[in-house]
Amino acid sequence: MKLVLAGVIVPRARNGITKTNGAARLPKTPTGISGLDDITGGGLPRGRPTLVCGAAGCGKTLLAMEFLVHGAQRYGEPGVFVSFEERVEELIANVGSLGFDLRRLQATRKLAFDHVRIERNEIEETGEYDLEGLFVRLGHAIDAIGARRVVLDTVESLFAGLANEAILRAELRRLFAWLKERRITAIVTGERGERQLTRHGLEEYVSDCVILLDHRVEDRLATRRLRVVKYRGSAHGTDEYPFLIDTNGIVVLPVSSLRLEHRVSARRVSSGVAGLDAMLGGRGYYEGSSILVSGEAGTGKTSLAAYFADATCRRGERCLFFSFEESPAQLIRNMRSVAIDLEPWTKRGLLRIRATRPTSHGLEMHLATMEHEVATFRPTAVVVDPISPLVTRGSIGDVDHMLLHLVDDLKSRGATAFFTSLAREEGRAGELAVSSLMDSWIFLRNLEHDGERNRGLYVLKSRGMAHSNQIREFVLHDGGIELRDVYTGGGTVLTGSARLVREARDRAAAEERRLEVERKRRQSERRRAALAARIVALQAELAAEDDDLRAAAGGERSRDRERARDRRDLLLSRHADGVNGGARGRRMAP
Amino acid sequence: MRRRPPARASADRYTLRLYVAGQTPRSVAAIANLRRICDEHLSGRYSVEVVDLLREPARARGDEVVVIPTLVRRLPPPVKRIIGDLSNAERVLVGLDVQPAAETA
Repeated sequence: MKLVLAGVIVPRARNGITKTNGAARLPKTPTGISGLDDITGGGLPRGRPTLVCGAAGCGKTLLAMEFLVHGAQRYGEPGVFVSFEERVEELIANVGSLGFDLRRLQATRKLAFDHVRIERNEIEETGEYDLEGLFVRLGHAIDAIGARRVVLDTVESLFAGLANEAILRAELRRLFAWLKERRITAIVTGERGERQLTRHGLEEYVSDCVILLDHRVEDRLATRRLRVVKYRGSAHGTDEYPFLIDTNGIVVLPVSSLRLEHRVSARRVSSGVAGLDAMLGGRGYYEGSSILVSGEAGTGKTSLAAYFADATCRRGERCLFFSFEESPAQLIRNMRSVAIDLEPWTKRGLLRIRATRPTSHGLEMHLATMEHEVATFRPTAVVVDPISPLVTRGSIGDVDHMLLHLVDDLKSRGATAFFTSLAREEGRAGELAVSSLMDSWIFLRNLEHDGERNRGLYVLKSRGMAHSNQIREFVLHDGGIELRDVYTGGGTVLTGSARLVREARDRAAAEERRLEVERKRRQSERRRAALAARIVALQAELAAEDDDLRAAAGGERSRDRERARDRRDLLLSRHADGVNGGARGRRMAP
Repeated sequence: MRRRPPARASADRYTLRLYVAGQTPRSVAAIANLRRICDEHLSGRYSVEVVDLLREPARARGDEVVVIPTLVRRLPPPVKRIIGDLSNAERVLVGLDVQPAAETA
């Protein structure tokens, strides 16, 4: 996963610049200036002069000096610095504050300095002349140390010293041609002119590569910008790139060159909160992805960040925590209230907390120092808490660019980036454009109900995973973070005590229903028993009825017999014939 | 060659140094022009050193030579510089702060 740099600085190609046709063929000389080589696809045109122009104080001299120092220190190319303005002592003292030990480089014959000065009022001009003296001095210095790089800063000063402009122009043209002939990679600086790039139109003579520096003040905030105006025979980034001068020199931030070629990891990293991991497809964030947690004030963004940092350190990985609101001590203390102790991690060197006031620097300085920290600490996770105050440090476009750059940088390093952001409203509208860069977006919101404020959490998006669409109640207490199911019965979302009340009421109602069922069951049992009893009684009644019926039927038969005997007796007494024979026969037989 | 004592500042001695680069026509012209002017106006009280930077490139830096030809008046102080092929004698004299000899008008 980690990129091993074996003592060589590999210029990181951005924006596909190096893949274009011309760049492959045109040999380049790396400047060693962070970012500039990315924009130019490898550096300045080798063996040719490059014009660096800009207004006073925009960093021309420093850029040129860095070009020489890096050349001498990293690329084994000695250099000559010809200053037409500052004296050598001043020059050495000025850049000494940036950690460049020019004296040592001078002593070891890696660098040579010359101060060329022409005071017009000390000089009388008579007749034709040329700049052969300059050629001789320069040639001598180049030969003495075998220089491959030359800086002429600012050659235009000669226009102030010499009256014959026609001669001077011809000589400058000859000078640049001469440098080219000697295969010297040169930087020629020039003051910004009114209607043209340089005051004296140097761009006419130095036409291979022109870099424009700018130093503007917008909203009381100074911003330095760099633009490659022209690069003959090579593709280059054409935007204005912010740059800054920090304690290590010039850092150009090629912000808009977002590469979408990051290596991606399928590994998942825990958010530190089990419930949230569950919401994120059950396994947490993707490693190397960028996560945005936005929400209103007090919704628990920092706590979520601290949990993530803690989870990272628990795995034995390094985490870099940029805090723009709380000092490290305060952060550690406050996070203890949600059962997170970050202090052991800082002591073990796994967690580095960098706390700065957002107002202490401009946006660019912040981001450059952040990138510097990331580059030196090489964390697998980076927390920026929050990014929103940075937003106030520059114009909207700048902020987007810079954050884009940071996200890009972290992605290319495979570090998981965790940003928090203060969202004033719902979040969807008015959110930073950078949110489109984020792979996962978790939104925290206040759910107000019944005079109570509770926190709700939901996953707005999370690329590449099946994530939950639920709104969960996000509870912070001294036992830690807990994600609870919010009450969603009755068509409403309830949280906090309203949820508790509602839940209690629901429980009571359920008990009621249970008792009711029980009662009904018993009632029906009783009725059933009663019915059974009635059935028995009716059956008994029926039996009695039957008996009566049988008894009545028996009486009738005996009465019939009586009546038949009585009639026979009567007939016998009357001596009726029919009865006689028959009756006699029957009577005689037994 | 006129060897008249100058009208003014007769005690001064002029130490001059002329920087050239090789035997270019301009260098040759400058050397000739200087010799003529000195002989005319500083006769007997000047010394000229001609430095060819192609032979001694390291010396360019000492007198802060940028332009060729450059004439440096090292003495008397202050140091003065005149650039060009010295074709205009009047300007050379102004540059050297020398009062022209009387009859050269």
